[in-house]
Amino acid sequence: MARVVVDVMLKPEILDPQGQAVANALPRLGVTDVSSVRIGRRIEIEFAGEPDLDRAREIADKLLANPVIEDFSIKVEDDAKAEVA
Amino acid sequence: MRIGVVTFPGSLDDGDAARAVRLAGADAVRLWHGDPDLHNVDAVVLPGGFSYGDALRCGAIARFAPVMESLIDAARGGLPVLGICNGFQILCEAHLLPGALTRNQHLHFRNRDQWLRVEATNTAWTNTFQPEQEILIPVKNGEGCYVADQRTLDALEAEGRVVARYVRGNPNGSQRDIAAVTNEAGNVVGIMPHPEHAVETLTGPSLDGLGFFTSVLRALAGASAGAQHAGGHQ
Repeated sequence: MARVVVDVMLKPEILDPQGQAVANALPRLGVTDVSSVRIGRRIEIEFAGEPDLDRAREIADKLLANPVIEDFSIKVEDDAKAEVA
Repeated sequence: MRIGVVTFPGSLDDGDAARAVRLAGADAVRLWHGDPDLHNVDAVVLPGGFSYGDALRCGAIARFAPVMESLIDAARGGLPVLGICNGFQILCEAHLLPGALTRNQHLHFRNRDQWLRVEATNTAWTNTFQPEQEILIPVKNGEGCYVADQRTLDALEAEGRVVARYVRGNPNGSQRDIAAVTNEAGNVVGIMPHPEHAVETLTGPSLDGLGFFTSVLRALAGASAGAQHAGGHQ
């Protein structure tokens, strides 16, 4: 199975209220040494044949991420070779 | 005049939008997300709701609906388009408007009557308002926080493209209290609150929303008078 993993994260300058809500809840677990939490999205794309990074990048750029507020990175899951968009 | 109202899977306010169009004195033409034909409408409203269940991001899937391919071309050619709430999100995803709508900063869904100040009265959808006029229309969203980079926000302000701002309280954390923006040509407007819910005394907090729909009729009448005048020379 040829799987490409796309990680989508809000750009650093975009406020992440969900991440903040999680960070604010951590003291209730007794965790007090976390300064920041940011939440993103992991998308797994399975190609019928060989993993096509160019096609995956096109999918990520057009649909999976909104370039106005999000960055994405792409990697083939089998090897650790990652590239940042 | 024929004003199209698009229905996507998950649209909620298409019925109210069509009703507002009729109350303003135009024919409401129902358009379907899967049909690329715009059926010769003179303007289009993208209504509120949760198109495609807000999967991935609000408006991200709807932006690739067959009707949107035609609509994006038509909007770039000058067709007046008003995106309300989810419609605003779709217009941003389609890159017809700058910026994006993100999760309300306080994470709560906000549903209330909201005061706005209309700041741009030269768009196809706001020409019947007075500059700086304050209006009261309902806002109801979970992902209505308008964001864009500082340069884009500065450009919107410098070019007079902030159509309306929240006053007397910002319901969702939108940057610079922005509630509505327009494109460079002024034919495409996106607004987070719901003018179509403020068109009748029985159900709305005011009749202020009607102004958006009468504005587009005025803009179209002006355009058509201009076309007839130009045609008169032939």
